Amino acid sequence: MQILILGAGQVGGILADSLAKERFDVTLVDKDPSRLKAVGERLDIKTIHGEASHPDVLRRAGAEEADILVATTGSDEVNIVACQVCYTKFQTAKRIARLRAAAYADDNALFGEDHVPIDFIINPERAVTNQVKELLAHPGALEILDFAQGKVQLAAMRAYSGGPLVGRALRFLTSDIPEVETRVAAIFRKGNAIIPTGDTVIEEDDEAFFIAAREDITSVMGELRKAELPNKKVVIAGGGNIGYGLAKAIEEDYDIKIVERDISRANWLEDGLSRSIVINGSATDRDMLIEENIDQCDAFCAVTNDDDINIMSSLMAKRLGVKQVITLIGKRAYVDLMHDSPSIDVVISPQQVATSMLLSHVRRADIARVHSLRRGAAEAIEVVAHGTKESSKVVGRRICDIYLPSGTTIGAIVRGDKVLIAHDEVMVQADDHIILFVVDKKQITSIEKLFQVGLKLF
Amino acid sequence: MLLPVISKLTGVLLTYFSIFAFLVPACVAFFYGEIEVSVFLTSFLVTFFIGAALWFYFREAEEFRGAGGFLLTALFYVGLGLFGALPLILSTQPGLSFSDGVFESVSGLTTTGATTISGLDSLPKSILFYRHLLQWFGGMGIIVFAVAFLPVLGVGQMQLYHSEASGPDRDAKLTPRIAESAKFLWLIYAGLTLICVISYFIAGMNLFDAICHAFSTVAIGGFSTHDQSFQYFDLNSVKLVAIFFMIVSGINFALHFSVLKRKNPLLYLADAEVRTYFLVLLLVSLFLVAVFQFRQSDSDANSVDHLFQAVSFATTTGFVSSELYLWPPIAQVVLILAAFAGGCAGSTAGGIKIIRVLTIWRQGAREIKRLVHPNGVFHVKVGGQPVTEPVLNSIWSFVSVYIFLFFFSIVLIMTVSDLDFLTSFSAVSASLNNLGPGLGMVGESYEDISAPVKWILIINMMLGRLELFTILVLFTPYYWRR
Repeated sequence: MQILILGAGQVGGILADSLAKERFDVTLVDKDPSRLKAVGERLDIKTIHGEASHPDVLRRAGAEEADILVATTGSDEVNIVACQVCYTKFQTAKRIARLRAAAYADDNALFGEDHVPIDFIINPERAVTNQVKELLAHPGALEILDFAQGKVQLAAMRAYSGGPLVGRALRFLTSDIPEVETRVAAIFRKGNAIIPTGDTVIEEDDEAFFIAAREDITSVMGELRKAELPNKKVVIAGGGNIGYGLAKAIEEDYDIKIVERDISRANWLEDGLSRSIVINGSATDRDMLIEENIDQCDAFCAVTNDDDINIMSSLMAKRLGVKQVITLIGKRAYVDLMHDSPSIDVVISPQQVATSMLLSHVRRADIARVHSLRRGAAEAIEVVAHGTKESSKVVGRRICDIYLPSGTTIGAIVRGDKVLIAHDEVMVQADDHIILFVVDKKQITSIEKLFQVGLKLF
Repeated sequence: MLLPVISKLTGVLLTYFSIFAFLVPACVAFFYGEIEVSVFLTSFLVTFFIGAALWFYFREAEEFRGAGGFLLTALFYVGLGLFGALPLILSTQPGLSFSDGVFESVSGLTTTGATTISGLDSLPKSILFYRHLLQWFGGMGIIVFAVAFLPVLGVGQMQLYHSEASGPDRDAKLTPRIAESAKFLWLIYAGLTLICVISYFIAGMNLFDAICHAFSTVAIGGFSTHDQSFQYFDLNSVKLVAIFFMIVSGINFALHFSVLKRKNPLLYLADAEVRTYFLVLLLVSLFLVAVFQFRQSDSDANSVDHLFQAVSFATTTGFVSSELYLWPPIAQVVLILAAFAGGCAGSTAGGIKIIRVLTIWRQGAREIKRLVHPNGVFHVKVGGQPVTEPVLNSIWSFVSVYIFLFFFSIVLIMTVSDLDFLTSFSAVSASLNNLGPGLGMVGESYEDISAPVKWILIINMMLGRLELFTILVLFTPYYWRR
C-alpha cells in the first residue's frame, strides 16, 4: 500500500518511521530540505521537496497512485488545501489531515465529499489531552483507552498489595464484584505476557489490562489496589497547546495551577482560562513549586515541549510528595528509560498516540480504533465484523469457535449501544464492534485476514 | 474655530426640540381645554425662533470634527435645561421661579426625578404631561435621538454619540452605522414604553397616568403625576408592573437588541453585568426584608413595597411606594447607597453603573490573589473577557472623580447653606446618581432648599447624566488650547 505523508515534522516523521517499518511504501513531502534529509537518511522512504499543497509537487510525490494521503504539515490551511487538491486532481482514495484549530476540527458541517474532502481528522494534541484527562479521573491507572466512542474502556494498572484480588485467582473477580462485568485481557509479569485464565493468580507488581464498560472501570480498579481518593488539585507544567487544552477541558472539575515560563504566553493563558491559576515561572524551579504548595496537590502533569524539563520536574514533584505524576516524553530513548521508573507513574508519548490514531486507517480490515500499548509491543484493536456466516470467518460464530491467533484475546463486543463483555458463548453478529487485545504484534496480519470478508477476494 | 458650527448645531437641535417638546403638550392642553395652550405656544415660538436664528446666521459653518461633540452635548443639555424651563415658569400653575424651573427641567432631562413642586395632583394635565415627556426624551438621550433622526448633524455623529453614551465601553455599536444603531435603540425604547403603557392601563391606572408613568418608568426617571408617587396607586398589580419595567429598563439596551435579534432570552443571563445587576437587586431587597424582620417601625410597608423600593432606588428611578421617612434609618441609607451602583451601562439608569462596580470588585479580588500567588498571572476579567489596562484606568479615574465630586458637593452645600449632613449627603447622591428623592429635608420635594443649593444640585445632575467627563473636559485648559 502506498502512503503519502505531507510534512516531516514530529508527527510526520514518527509516522513515516513506524509505517516504513510495517513495510508500507511511504513518500514524505516537506518544504524544508534539511528535515527531509534527516529522515530520508534514516528510513527507507522516498522524499520530495516542495510546497505540500501545490498540485505539481503532489503529482511528483505520486499522489495519483497513493492509497492514503496523510497531511500533517504545521499549517491547518495547507493540510486542507492538500486534501482538496488530491481529491479533485488525483482521486486519492483516503485523505487524512491533522487539524489543530478547534474552529475547523469541531465543525462537522465543513467536511465531506461535497465540502472539504477530508475523510478523517486527527489531532494528536487533543488525543493526548483526552488521555491525561482519563488518567486523572482514575488515579492509579497506567493507561485508560476508549473504544466505541467511550462506551468501553481498556485500563492498565499495576497490582499492589492491599487490593482484594491480589494473591488470588481471577475467577474470584465475579464473586467479589458480581454486579460488574469485566474481562482481564492480559497480564504482564516482569515484561512477559500471560494470557489469563480463570485460574491465573494475580501477583503484586503485575501489570494487568482489563476491559469494562466505562462506568465500571473504577470498581474493577479497586480490586487490584487500595482505592485512591479522587484527584482534586492538579498542577500542569507547561502552557503549550496540550497544557492549555488540558486545563481548559478539566478546569471545572479540578483546581488547576498551570505553570508557564514565557510571560506573554502566560498572559495569553490567563485570558483564555477562567478558573485555572496561571503561574509564571519555570516548572523546574523547586522553590517556586514549594511556594505554590506542590506537596498539597494530588497530580502533576508535565506537558511542556521539552522532554528534559518534563522529566526533571516530574522527578522533583514526586520527591515533593505528589501522588500521581504524568509525564509527556517525546524521545523514544527517554520513553524506554522512564517507563519503569518508580518516580513517574505514567509516561505518555505523543508520537505513540499519533501513530495509534493513524494506524487504524491504514489497516486492511474495517478497523475503527487502534491503540498501541507498551511502547508499541502490544495493540488493542476495535474491529467491525462484516459479512454473513458464509463470507466471514467470525460472523455467526460463538467466540469459543473463532480461531484466534495465539496471544490474542477478545475483550468485549459492542452491539449498537449495548456492551457485551466477552465470554465463550457470545455469538458474533454482523456490524458488531469487537475489541481485541493482541500481545504479539506479529499476529496483526492474521487478525486482519480473519476479519476480511471472503467475498472481497473474488 | 469651533464656535460657529457649535452655534449652528445648537440652533438646529433647539429648533427640532421646540417642535417635539412644546407642540405635543400644547395638543394635550388643547385636548383638555386648558389655558396652558398659550404657554406652550409662547415657549415654542421663543425657542423655535432663537434656534432658527442661530441656525440661519451660522448656516455656512463647516462640519465639526474631533472633540467638539463634548461641547455640543454639554451646551445642548444646558440650553435645553434653560429653554425647557420656560413653560414651567410662564404658566401660573405651578408658576415656578427661574431656579426652580431650571431645576425641574434639568431634573426631567437628566431623568433624575427630583421635584420642586408640591401639589402635583392639582396641576394642569398638560404641565404634568410635559414633565414626563422631558424625562422620556432624556432617558434614551436627546443626542441619540438627534443622531437617529436628524441627518443635518453631519459627520460628527460618532463623537456626539460617545459624549452622551454611558458605561466604559462607548464604542459598542449595534450595526455598522451609528445612525442606524441609534434608530434601533430608540425603536426598542419606544416599543418598551408602549408595552409599559398598556401594562399600567391593564393593571389599573387611567390612561393619562399610564402614559405619564410609562414615560418616567422606562426612562428610569421617577417623576409622578401625584405627590404621593406610587402610594397613590394602592395596587400591588401596578407596583409589580413598575418593578418589572424598571428592571428591564436598567438593562443595557444593546443587550435588548441582541436578544430581540437572536430571539434568545438566555442571552440576558449570559451577560456578567446583568447577572451582577440581578444579584444587587436581590441583595438589596433581601436586606430590606431582613431589616423589617428585626427592627421596629411604624411603616405598614409589605414585601412588595420592599421589592419596589429596592428596585426603584437601585435602578436610580426614584419612585416611592411607601412612607420612607417611617422606615428604619438603616433601610433609608442602604437605599440611597444602592443608587451608587446604578443600572447597567447603556441603559437609561444613572449611577456609577454595575459594570464599573463589578470591574473594580474583580480588581480587588485580583490583588488578593496576587498576594497568595506571587508568581501568578492574573487578569481582571468580566464575563470571561479580560479588561485591558486603559479601560481599568479609565474606570478608576471615573470612580475617583465621581467620589471626589460627591464629597466636594456635600461640603459646598453645607458651606452655602445650613442644611444638615443627612440632607446634603442624600441630596447630592440623589442628584449625582440621577435618583431623585433624598432623605431628611429633601425626602418629599426640593422646594424648601435655597437657590444656590439648587444650582449645585443642577450641576450634579448634569455631571451624573453625562458621566462627568463630557462636562469636566470643558473646564480643562487642554480642551480649549488644542
